[in-house]
Amino acid sequence: MSKTWSIFKREVASYFISPMAYVMGAVFLMLSGYFFSVILLATHSASMQGVLGNMAVIFIFIAPVLTMRLLAEERKLGTDELIMTAPVSITSIVAGKYLAAVFTYLVYLAVTLIYPAILIKYGSPDMGPIYSGYLGMFLFGAGCLAVGTFSSSLTDNQMVAGIIGFGLLLFFWILGWADAIVTGPVGDTLANLSLLKRFDDFQKGIIDLSGVLYYVSFIFIFLFLAVRVIDSRRWSG
Amino acid sequence: MIEVRNLTKRYGKARGIEDLTFTVGKGEILGFLGPNGAGKTTTMRIITGYLAATSGTVEVDGFSVFEDAMETRRKIGYLPENPPLYREMTVSSYLRFVSELKGIPKSKRKDAIGSAVEAAGIETVYNRVISNLSRGYRQRVGLAQALLGDPDVLILDEPTVGLDPRQIIEIRKLIRSLRGKHTIILSSHILPEVSMICNRVIIINNGRLVASDTPIGLSRRIKGSERIAVRVRGPRGEVVNTVRELPGVSSVSVETPDSAAGEREVLLIVETEDSQDVREALFFAMASRSWPIVEMKAVDMSLEDVFLKLTTEESLEDETEVPPGE
Repeated sequence: MSKTWSIFKREVASYFISPMAYVMGAVFLMLSGYFFSVILLATHSASMQGVLGNMAVIFIFIAPVLTMRLLAEERKLGTDELIMTAPVSITSIVAGKYLAAVFTYLVYLAVTLIYPAILIKYGSPDMGPIYSGYLGMFLFGAGCLAVGTFSSSLTDNQMVAGIIGFGLLLFFWILGWADAIVTGPVGDTLANLSLLKRFDDFQKGIIDLSGVLYYVSFIFIFLFLAVRVIDSRRWSG
Repeated sequence: MIEVRNLTKRYGKARGIEDLTFTVGKGEILGFLGPNGAGKTTTMRIITGYLAATSGTVEVDGFSVFEDAMETRRKIGYLPENPPLYREMTVSSYLRFVSELKGIPKSKRKDAIGSAVEAAGIETVYNRVISNLSRGYRQRVGLAQALLGDPDVLILDEPTVGLDPRQIIEIRKLIRSLRGKHTIILSSHILPEVSMICNRVIIINNGRLVASDTPIGLSRRIKGSERIAVRVRGPRGEVVNTVRELPGVSSVSVETPDSAAGEREVLLIVETEDSQDVREALFFAMASRSWPIVEMKAVDMSLEDVFLKLTTEESLEDETEVPPGE
C-alpha cells in the first residue's frame, strides 16, 4: 500500500511538472466552459444536465492522452527495469499510476464546480441531478482512464497507446447506439455495456446501484487486464 | 549466495540462454563475459526477476527468485545497462523515490541515501535535475540507486559502457571498493576490465556457458596454451630447426627481430604439447651449440586470446549444426 502511494506521488509530480496536465486541463476546461455558457444562454435554465453530457464526450478525447504515457513511457525509457525489479507488486504499480491519473482528473472536475456555483449564485438549480451527475461524471471518467491505462500497458509507444485507448473508448461510446440498430435482448445487452449510456441515468438524477457497479467492475476489469499484460511480458521478454 | 541451475530462456524459437549453471559465493565478484547478444543481460534480468525463465531455478541466499520474488528483490541492487532514471526528477527526489520502493523504513532513509550518495560520489550533483547530468554522472546515479539499502547482491549490467576513459577508471575503482561488502555480478564485453575487477569469470556465448574460472586460471586452462618466447643469438635457420626437433615442441614460429641486434638474433615463439616444460632442454640444446639465449619467458595467453578461442570454437560447432539446406 505504501508502495502504491510512492508510485502515486511520483506520477502526480510527473503530471504537474510537465505541461501535460496543464495543457489537457486547459483544453478540457475551455471546451466545458464553452458548452456551459452556450447551453445556459440558449436554455436559460439552471441545470447541468446537457453540460455534463458534453463534458463526458470531451473527456473521451482527453483520457487517452492523459494516460498514454503511464506505462508505455516506463518501458521506453527502461525505468520499468527499476520498478519491476524492486520489491513492489505489479498491482501496486498499476494502481498507483492509475490513481495518479484519476487524481489529475479530479483536479479538473473540481475546477468545473465553478459552473454549478454560478448556477447556485444566480438561480436555484435542482441540486439532486447535479450531485448524481457529478458522481456519474467521476465514475465515467475513472472508467475512461482505466481503459487508457490498459492501452498504455500494451506498447512502449505512447502514440500507439493513445490511439488504442481512443479506439476502445469510441467503441464503448457507440455501443450505446446498439439498441437502435439491433432490436431485442442482444441490442439491449450491448447498449448496457456502453460507457455513456449508463451515464445518462446519473445525469437525470438517478443513482442506480447497477450503474455504480457497472463502472466499478469496468474499472477493475481493465486494470486487471493491464496487470496481466505487464506480468505476461516477463515471459515474452 | 547466488545459485543458478539449468537456467533456460527461449524467446519463441530463438534461443536466449540454454542450460546455464553457475554459483557465486558470498563476497565474490563474478565477471560475466560474452559477445553482444550472448545472453548476459537475459541472465541478469532473470536473476533480478525482470524476466521469467523457461526452465531452471535461480536462488539468492536460499530463496527462489520465482517463488519468493519479493524476498530476493529486497536483497538485490540492480543497475541495468541503461540506468533507469526519471529525467525530470532531481537526484535527491529520485533516490528518495527508489528508497521508498525498496521499502527502506523512513527512519533509516536519510542515512541510506547518504551512504549511497557518498559511495557513488554524487554529492555535488545531489540537487540537480537528472536530465542535465553528464553520462558519467547518470551512471553514478544509477549505481547509487542500486546501492541504496545496502543490498547483499549487486547486479551490474555493463556498468562502464558509454563512458569516457577517465569515468571508466573511476567507476571501476568504485566497484572494486565494494569488494567484500557485496556479492557482485558484473557483465562486460571488455576483457581487461573483467580480469582487473573480478575474482572469477564466466564466459557465455550463444546462451551457453563456455568457461568458468579465475581470470588467471582461464588463460592457463586452454589446452596447448603453454607458450615460451625465446630470443637466441645464432643463425636463424639452424636455430629454428634445432628447436623444432626438441621433444615436446609442437610448433615454432619466428617473429621478426625488432632491435638493432636483429641481424644476429632470432625471436621464437615455442608452443609445447600437453603443457610440457621444455625450457631446460631448450637451454642445453642452445648451450651445446654456443648460441646464447638472451631472453626466455613464458607467454600467458591473454584473456582476449582465450575469449576468442573459446567463442570461435563454439560458433564453429554451431555452424556445423546448421542443416545443409539452409
